[in-house]
Amino acid sequence: MGRFVDLTLNGLANGAIYAAVALSLVLIWRATRILNFAQAGMLMITTFIAWSVLDAGAPYVVGFLVALAAGLLLGAVVERVVIRPIEAAPPLNAVIVTLGLLVLLQALAGMIWGGNPRSFPPAFSIKGFIVGGDSVLFSPFDLFTVLVVAALMVALVVLFRSTSLGLRMRAAAHEPEVARLLGVRVGRTFTIGWALASLCASLAGVLVAPSVFVAPNAFDAVLVFGFTAAVLGGLESPLGALVGGVIVGLALSYVSGYAGSSVVTLGALVILVAVLMIRPNGLFAAAGARRV
Amino acid sequence: MTALRHGAIAVAAGVVLLGVTYVIGPFDNLQLATMAYYFIAVAGLSVLTGLNGQISLGHGALMAIGAYTTVKLLEGPGLPLVLALVLATLFTAVAGLVAGAAAARLRGPYLAGATLALAVGLPSVATRFPDFLGASQGLTAAPPTPPEALGFAFPLERWQAWICCLGALVAYWLLANLVSSRTGRTFRAVRDSEVAAELAGLDVGRVQIGAFVVSAACAGLAGGLFVVVTQLAAPGAFALTLSVALLTGVILGGLGSLLGAVFGAAALVLVPQWSDDLAKALSLPTGVQANLALAVYGLVLILVMVFAPRGLRGGLERLAAPLRRIRPTRGEETA
Repeated sequence: MGRFVDLTLNGLANGAIYAAVALSLVLIWRATRILNFAQAGMLMITTFIAWSVLDAGAPYVVGFLVALAAGLLLGAVVERVVIRPIEAAPPLNAVIVTLGLLVLLQALAGMIWGGNPRSFPPAFSIKGFIVGGDSVLFSPFDLFTVLVVAALMVALVVLFRSTSLGLRMRAAAHEPEVARLLGVRVGRTFTIGWALASLCASLAGVLVAPSVFVAPNAFDAVLVFGFTAAVLGGLESPLGALVGGVIVGLALSYVSGYAGSSVVTLGALVILVAVLMIRPNGLFAAAGARRV
Repeated sequence: MTALRHGAIAVAAGVVLLGVTYVIGPFDNLQLATMAYYFIAVAGLSVLTGLNGQISLGHGALMAIGAYTTVKLLEGPGLPLVLALVLATLFTAVAGLVAGAAAARLRGPYLAGATLALAVGLPSVATRFPDFLGASQGLTAAPPTPPEALGFAFPLERWQAWICCLGALVAYWLLANLVSSRTGRTFRAVRDSEVAAELAGLDVGRVQIGAFVVSAACAGLAGGLFVVVTQLAAPGAFALTLSVALLTGVILGGLGSLLGAVFGAAALVLVPQWSDDLAKALSLPTGVQANLALAVYGLVLILVMVFAPRGLRGGLERLAAPLRRIRPTRGEETA
C-alpha cells in the first residue's frame, strides 16, 4: 500500500512536467496545426543554457529565469525562420521539418556541450517529505514542480480568457482569415503562440532535468510522454493537456514501479495507440467529424 | 514483362557490383555492404511514405527487430545465414503487421508521434531483458565465413559485400515488381485520395497495413544484413537518429523512387565519412566532428522541405507526371 501511495505521488509530480510539455504541443497545434517534434530539442537547448549559467556560479533563480527567457526567444525565432515558410504546406512537410530541427538542435548541443550527461541541480531538496516517521516519494522539489506548473496553467487561462492579446490569439487560431480582416496581425500572434509554447517546454525542461540529467537526446522520452498526454487530452484543449499529463504521469509511474523503468516508453506507446483507437479525438474533445 | 525487365536490371547491376567488389579494397567493400543494407531500408520506407503517404519515424526500431532476430537465430539454433535472414525478415513483417494495424487508423502527425514512441521506446526493451537481449552491450554474432570453394584467401569483406548486395538486388527486384503491379497502384490510389480509393472498392485500411508490412519486411532484412556487416545488435545502433537518417535518405533520393533510394543510401554512407574527413581536415574539435553528420541530416530535412516550393506533394506529382503521360494505365485512371 505504501508503495502504491509513493508511486501515485511520484506520478503526480511527473504528470505536472508532462502536462507542461503537452501544453507546449497543444498551444502550437491549436494555432498552426503543426505537431512540434522539435520541442524536445528546444527544451534541451534552453536547459543546457540554464545549466551553463548555473555552472558559472549563478544562483538557481537566475538559471531558472534564463531558461524561460531563452525559451520565449527560441520559440519566436524558430517560428519566424523555420516554420513560417512551410505553414501552408501539407502536414507531412511540417512533421519532417520539425524532426529535422530536432536532430539539428541535438547535433548543435553535442557540438557545444558534448555528449556527456550533466547533472542539473534541483531548486529544493529532492529528499522525500517525512510523514509519520516514514519518508514518502514526494519531495519539496516535487511540490515546487506541481505549484509552478499550476501557476503556469492559471497564467495561461488568464491570458487566453481575460486579455486582448489572448482574444486575438484565439481568434487567429480559430478563424485566421476573419481575424486578419478584423485587423488581427495573425502572423504575429502565431509567433507569440510559439514563444509561449516554447516557454512552457523550457519550464518542463528545467523541472525534469534533475531526474534525467542534461544531454543532447535526454529529453526524447519526455517528448513522447508529453505527446501522449496531449493526445489523451485531445490535442486541442489546454485543460485536456493538464489532465492528460496527470493521467500519463500516474500510469507511467505504476508501469515503472511494477514492470520496470525501461519499458516506460513502450507503456506510453500502448496508452497512445489505445487512446487513438478508442477515442481518436482524445478523452475530452467533443465528438466531431474526423478530418480526413 | 515488367518482371523480366526488372530482373534484367537487377542481374546487370549484380554483374557490375561483382566486378566492383574485386576492384575496391576491403574498407570500400564494407562501405558497399553498408550502402546495400541502407538501400533496402530506405527503399522500403520510400515505398511507404512516397507511394502510400504514411510516415514512419520508427523504421530504425524495426531494423533492430530484424537484427536481434538474426543474431538469435544464428547463435541459438545455429541456422544457416540465408534461413536466418529470411526468418528475420518474416518476423519483422509480422511486427510490421501489428504496427501497421495501429498505423492504418492514425493520420499524419498522430502516426508520426506513435512511430516516434516506437523508435524511442523499443531499444530500451533490450535493457529490460538483459539475459535474453544482452542489455546495452547488445548481442554479438560470429562473422559469416566465405565458402571454401572461393579459395582460402577470399577476403571476408568481399563476401559480406556479396551477401548484402545480393539482398539489395533481391529486394529491388521484389519492390520494383510490386510498385508497378496492381498492388502498387492501390498504394498510390490510397495515398492520393482515401475517399476515392474507398469508392473504387479498395479496403483502405488493408492497403495501408499491406504497405506497412512490405516496408517493415525491408527494414527487417536491412537489420539482418546490418548484423552480417557489424556482427552486432546493440540498442545504441538503433536509436532515433537511425530512423531520422533513413528518412533523410528517402527525402534526398526522392519520395517513392527506388533509383533515388540508391542515391539516398549512398548519401547515408558518404555524408558521415565526408563530414569526418572535413572535420579532420579543418581540425575541428571531436565534439563537432561526432555531430557533424547529424547536423547535416537535420539541415537537409529542413532545407529540402522549405525550398522545395510545392513540398512533398509537388515532388510526388512531378515524379508521377511523366510516368502518367507515358503509360496511363487503367488502374490509375479509375483510382
